[in-house]
Amino acid sequence: MKAIFKKPSYSSPPTTRSRKLEIPKGLWIKCPSCGESIYNQQLDENSRVCTKCDYHFAMNARARLQLVLDPDSFAEEDAGLEAVNALDFPKYTERLAVEREKKCLKDAVISGTGRIKDMPVSVAVMDFSFLGGSMGVVVGEKITRAIERGAQQKIPMITFSSSGGARMHEGAFSLMQMAKVSGALMRLSQAKLPFISVLLDPTTGGVTASFATLGDLNIAEPGAMIGFAGPRVIKETTHQDLPKGFQTAEFLLAHGLIDKIVHRKQMRATLASFLSCLTKK
Amino acid sequence: MDSSIQVLEFEKPLAELERMIAHLRSHNNQHDLKVEKEISNLESKIGKLRSDIYSNLNPWQRVQIARHPKRPYTLDYVGLCFEEFNEIHGDRLFSDDQALIGGTARFQGEAVMVIGHQKGRDTKERTKRNFGMANPEGYRKALRLMKMADKFGLPVFTFVDTPGAFPGIGAEERHISEAIAVNLREMFAVKVPMLCTIIGEGGSGGALGIAVTDRVLIMENAYYSVISPEGCAAILWKDRSHSAKAAEALKITAPDLLKHGLVDEVIPEPVGGAHYKPEVAAQNLKVVLAKHLGELKKLPLERLIELRFEKFRKMGSFLEKR
Repeated sequence: MKAIFKKPSYSSPPTTRSRKLEIPKGLWIKCPSCGESIYNQQLDENSRVCTKCDYHFAMNARARLQLVLDPDSFAEEDAGLEAVNALDFPKYTERLAVEREKKCLKDAVISGTGRIKDMPVSVAVMDFSFLGGSMGVVVGEKITRAIERGAQQKIPMITFSSSGGARMHEGAFSLMQMAKVSGALMRLSQAKLPFISVLLDPTTGGVTASFATLGDLNIAEPGAMIGFAGPRVIKETTHQDLPKGFQTAEFLLAHGLIDKIVHRKQMRATLASFLSCLTKK
Repeated sequence: MDSSIQVLEFEKPLAELERMIAHLRSHNNQHDLKVEKEISNLESKIGKLRSDIYSNLNPWQRVQIARHPKRPYTLDYVGLCFEEFNEIHGDRLFSDDQALIGGTARFQGEAVMVIGHQKGRDTKERTKRNFGMANPEGYRKALRLMKMADKFGLPVFTFVDTPGAFPGIGAEERHISEAIAVNLREMFAVKVPMLCTIIGEGGSGGALGIAVTDRVLIMENAYYSVISPEGCAAILWKDRSHSAKAAEALKITAPDLLKHGLVDEVIPEPVGGAHYKPEVAAQNLKVVLAKHLGELKKLPLERLIELRFEKFRKMGSFLEKR
C-alpha cells in the first residue's frame, strides 16, 4: 500500500546509460497540489504536469531537453567534467560518488547545443536532483563554456535553472562561479546575442543572484519557487509572517520581477517565438 | 555599553591580566605601594600572551575577531586612509540604504570613488545600518556610483563587511537577487581600476555584489565565505553549535583564501587584531592599496577589464575526462 504513495521518482528517456530503467519505481504518484493519484506513465505522457490541476512536477534535465529541443538535435558538450574536493570538505567526495551513481549524472547541469524549430541554440539545463542543483565549479564552468559557445557560434543562449544555490562543499570557489558566469554573460550581451533564462521550481540563492536573473528575458514555470533567501531564514530574521504566495512565480510576476509565466507545454513554442523575434528571423 | 560583553572567549586571559594591572595601578596611586616593577612584569606577560594567542588563532576565533564590536568599519578606514570623503546618498529609485554607503574621496591626493558596507557601533546605529545587511537599494546605489566613477575616470575602492545581503520580505519584493546579479555582470565593464578589501565579514553574495574587482585584498582576520559557519553547521550537522567545525571546513580565513588564489594579498593586522590598534591596521591597508593602485594604473583600460574577467574565469579546479 505504501508503495502507491512513494515519493515521485523521475523517469528518464532512454540514454546510453540505461541502468536507471531497471530500478523499479512507483506506479502511482499523488499530486502534492490537488491530491489526485496519477498513473506515473500518464504523468510522463503529460510532460509531468498534473492531469487534473496543472501542477508542474519536477522534470529531469534530459527529459527537459527532449521536451524543448527539436528531436535528435541535442549534442552534449563537456560531459567529461567532474567535480573535485579541492577543500577536503568532510564527506564531499563520498557524497559526489553516491550522487553520480544514483542520479546517472556527473553533476547538476547538462549542456550542449541543439535546435528549437530549426533555430540553433546553446543550452544548459540544471537538474535539481543532483545535490539540490547546487552550483559548484563544474556547474559554473559548464554554464560559462555554454555561454562562450553561444558567443563564438553567434547563437542564442538558453538556461533552465533549478537550484538551491551555490554549493557549500566547494566554499568560496562556488561563490566565485557567480562572478565567472556573470562575466561570460557580459561578453555575450556585448555581442548582442540573446540570453533567455527559464526559472524552474525551485531557483534560489547564488543561482538566482547570478545568471538566472540576467536574461534578456526571464521566464518562469507556473508555481515555481524563486527567491534569494529561503522563506525560513526570512521568517527567522524578520519575525514577520510571509505574504500569501511569497516567492512564487506568480508573486514575482505581480511585482514586475519576471517577464512571463509559461506553461510547460507551451514552453517550446514560446521560446521559438521569442528567439525568432530577437534574432529577426 | 558594558565592556565585558566585548571580550571574546579566547581573549579572557588578557582581559584578566589587564584588570589586575588596572587594580594594582589604582592601589599604587592611592597608597604609594611601589609595585611599578610588578606592573611592568605583568605588562610584558600580557604582550607575550597576546602574541601567543594571536599567532595561533583557529578559523572560528578569526570569525569572532572579524565580527568584533570594536573592529574598524568602512567609515573608520575611510577616515584613516582617505581624505575629503563626501557621501552620496540613494539609488534614485526607492531609498537610501545606510548599510551600503559610498561617495567621492581623495586617496593620496587623487580623486577616487569609495563604496562599502557599514555596520553600526551602538544599538541605534546598528539598526540604522541594518547590521551591515544591505537591501537591493544598496547594491543599486553602489552600481550607480561605479558607473559614475567609470564616466569620470575615478578608481573605485570597495570595502566588504557584511554577514550577507538582507533576507527580508521587502528585499525579495524589490528583487535583491537581480540587484546583486546585475552588479556581478556590470562590474566586468567598469573601465577604471577597481580594488576590493574584505575588512571584516565577507558574507556570500552580499559581499560579492561589490567584490568583482581587479584586486581582492583581505585583512588578516577577516573572512570570506559562500555561507556563514552557522548556516553551514545547521545544514550539515543540523546544529549551529558545530559552527567552529564548519568555519574550519569552509576554508574561509585569509591565509586559506590566499593559498587557493581567491584573494590577491593578505593585509597584516597588529597583534591583538585591527580593533586593538586601528591606526596601525589602517596604515598597513593604505600601503597595500597604494601599491596595487599603482600597478593597475599602468595597464591600458581595455587590458585591465580583460584581465579582470580572466581572473574570475579561471577560479576553481575540476577534472576533465574524455
